[in-house]
Amino acid sequence: MQTAKNLGEYRSELREALSDDFLRKAMDNFAVAYRVSREKAFAGMDIEAVVQNIAKTKDNAVARMDELFAQFKQKAEAAGAVVHLAKTAGEANEIIASIARKSGVKRVLKSKSMTAEETHLNHHLEAAGLEVTETDLGEFIIQLRGEGPTHMVMPAIHLSRYEVADLFEDVTKQKQDSEIEKLVKVARRELRAKFNQAEMGVSGANFAISETGTLAVLTNEGNARLTATLPRVHVFMVGLDKLTPNVEDALTAIKGLPRNATGQAITSYVSWITGPAQCATGPDGKKELHIVFLDNGRTAIAKDPLFAQALRCVRCGACANVCPVYRMVGGHKYGHVYIGAIGLILTYFYHGRDKAKNLVQNCINCGACKAVCIAGIDLPRLIKEVYARIQDEEGHSLPNAMLGRVLQNRSLFHGLLRAAKLVQRPITGGTPFLRHLPQFFAREQGFRALPAIAEKPFRDMWASLKPKVVAPKATVALFAGCVQDFVYPEQAEAMVKVLAAGGAAVEFPMNQSCCGLPVEMMGEKKAARDVAVQNIKALDPATFDYIVCGCASCASHLKKAYPRLLADDPGMALTAQRFADKVIDFSSFVRDVLGMDAASFTNDALKTAYHAPCHLCRGLGVTKQPRELIAMAGEYAQAAEEDVCCGFGGTYSSKFPEVSAEILAKKLSHVEATGAARLVTDCPGCVMQLRGGMEKRGSKTAVRHIAEMLADNLKG
Amino acid sequence: MSQKNALVDEFAAKAQAVSAFVSRVASPEEALEKVMAMCLERSACELLATGCELPLSGDAARLCDGKQQKVVAAPGLKKDLSKKLAKLCGDSGVRFVTEGLRDYVAGVDIGFTVADRAIAETGTMVFNSDSEDLRLATMVSEIHAALVPTSRIVATAMDMAPELRKTFSGAPNYTAFITGASRTADIERVLTLGVHGPLELHIYLWEDK
Repeated sequence: MQTAKNLGEYRSELREALSDDFLRKAMDNFAVAYRVSREKAFAGMDIEAVVQNIAKTKDNAVARMDELFAQFKQKAEAAGAVVHLAKTAGEANEIIASIARKSGVKRVLKSKSMTAEETHLNHHLEAAGLEVTETDLGEFIIQLRGEGPTHMVMPAIHLSRYEVADLFEDVTKQKQDSEIEKLVKVARRELRAKFNQAEMGVSGANFAISETGTLAVLTNEGNARLTATLPRVHVFMVGLDKLTPNVEDALTAIKGLPRNATGQAITSYVSWITGPAQCATGPDGKKELHIVFLDNGRTAIAKDPLFAQALRCVRCGACANVCPVYRMVGGHKYGHVYIGAIGLILTYFYHGRDKAKNLVQNCINCGACKAVCIAGIDLPRLIKEVYARIQDEEGHSLPNAMLGRVLQNRSLFHGLLRAAKLVQRPITGGTPFLRHLPQFFAREQGFRALPAIAEKPFRDMWASLKPKVVAPKATVALFAGCVQDFVYPEQAEAMVKVLAAGGAAVEFPMNQSCCGLPVEMMGEKKAARDVAVQNIKALDPATFDYIVCGCASCASHLKKAYPRLLADDPGMALTAQRFADKVIDFSSFVRDVLGMDAASFTNDALKTAYHAPCHLCRGLGVTKQPRELIAMAGEYAQAAEEDVCCGFGGTYSSKFPEVSAEILAKKLSHVEATGAARLVTDCPGCVMQLRGGMEKRGSKTAVRHIAEMLADNLKG
Repeated sequence: MSQKNALVDEFAAKAQAVSAFVSRVASPEEALEKVMAMCLERSACELLATGCELPLSGDAARLCDGKQQKVVAAPGLKKDLSKKLAKLCGDSGVRFVTEGLRDYVAGVDIGFTVADRAIAETGTMVFNSDSEDLRLATMVSEIHAALVPTSRIVATAMDMAPELRKTFSGAPNYTAFITGASRTADIERVLTLGVHGPLELHIYLWEDK
């Protein structure tokens, strides 16, 4: 739940979550175990095909939402159900309360429904004097706590057995053992008694099949079956996004949903319910069956060309499972009702700007959610877009707008960086780190040593560095990015050395500027577009065979975002695509295009760990080349969770330093566990984070850009 | 190995992977005998109603008190099988019920059913559950025992799609896929069986033709 009024309040809530030791441990165990069980569940299957099929069938259903609703209503009513359509959350709650009133219901049983969580149905029914009992074990537990879920599939993952035992003592008025098996059995008996008394059941559904008016419900506990069987009245509460044309499409989604959610091939129970089934206590021996569809903005989202894909979501919860931020802070702080990456998006639409405005900034943009999404939703992009919209609606914050304006003017931006170099002198203490940070800054950024701006930027060194290559294999433009240009020029220098040794003629076009990712992350879309145009003009794709980049974040932004940002600009769209086609990351270029191999390097046999930058391994899908290169020039030692974010995330680490620090700590511990003397990565941003963290720890592990490692070991 | 045998083996392996107990029987009667034997050997001096031995609230404890005798429920069986099971129960002093399962929410020891279909790829059984008694027998029982005639096994759920469409069209309809026992991992992600429904699922494979 989001109650923070501003970012400051939100951050203090995050700090509180970070200090919850049980939560941190539970989340850690889960994050690691989840990946293993997911992999097992999909073993031997073509996951990409499953994702494509689900995306395709869901897109089709979302586009036909109105038509499918009409068909569903006709079929379900012909079968004897009553179908309602609620425009808003309030309307849905009132429809359900009035069904209860008319049917003389006093006790309501609920089987898990995120849609009912969305509308806060329980509060409404309780206010109407009804007794409401959640029957899903996790939901039952959090209901006793008066909380919302912290995970869509495992709502009580943040609680320990001891906390559950305490809650059950309140319920039973008896002393409880904290053994999990016993607690589950106590819940079984307590809830069995409730099942025996309730007059109305309320449940969600995973699919509403329009062709036959059928609802499909997936559960593991079986509570949905009891909820839909024992009481004489049953109400399904379903979002319009659950409409599905036919049983085939539902089965297509079921192939991916439980596997992606919990690593199961299928849930224990799948119930397919069409019309009112036999019910001994119902009118005429049949169930009184109502189906309440909730719109609450879904019709509008379905028509939005960008956001319609958010309605593909099948609520598996995987985007939370792999999110490095969720892992640190848990679901109460990483969502309002809907949790994880999809929660950051849906909160804006279903619960409003106020609940979303802080939350949506808490994305580190690592792309882990997008890579795991079973419906292929481009979650990071939609999150950025929500942030941009909120700023368009509320006004852009001063720092964001200023950065946007500065970046749009390259000479102003670079002038400021040069000026910063001069004022930093008193605080570097003669080291490459900012040693004596002003107190207010140090308190939050103290988890890592921040680098100083370099004495001489790469662009000023270029004229004296430019190598002469006879009969080059390719002519390439080097895109350095701000960090290599102004903070780590030695990385760009190392790249040039390796590229020349491999036979590439290198140019460094001086008019290149920041790639624009930071402003896009801040929701400054216009600035992001302007900067893209400047860079495309500076690095003319007609002149170069390749545009080589040693920064994973810049490279993936140049390659993936530029064509998208400029797609609607008739003068630039085609050039942007040509530009993007020529962009390649340093490791892939060296390995695949220049064909450099073990013969090109001496092997220094130094034990070397690797950090896979998010924007390289997921953003560009490059995983093999850097590891091969490392093994050619040193001894590659595999660390745990190599492809999990280092916590940098560009502006993220200055906005949420407390979270960034914790993600970094985990990363460094994994590296230290390998006993590596050197940590290599292929992104200067990651280097900044990792080196700063190692320095702060007093670690002896050297953090190097892969180009530096290769340049040091070049043969000849 | 014939294609059919491969399907049966896959079904058995997948069902076992989700902790179902799978065995083969030569006839439906043999399955009944196994069910009776299990009923008698289990908890010889206590009734099966999991959780009733634990500290409960007044309401929950009173419901437990409602169960005073071993009960086997088997709604919807063919007449001859039903008669046979009734006799086996009668001989052993076990109450045999085929209807009015609502009165046995306190607990049923074993619910015995015959699957309409089974799906090999996931070890799933499919039941046409229009009958409230059938639904309850597969839910409120401590142990669910089911006979699966091997001729009814299909390879994938998608293979059943045309049949499912037809079934749903004959509304009202309640079709259930059941795979393994009732399970939860809601407390500390520890897998626990039998949170609401059966704690154990026993499957008897019968080569019917």
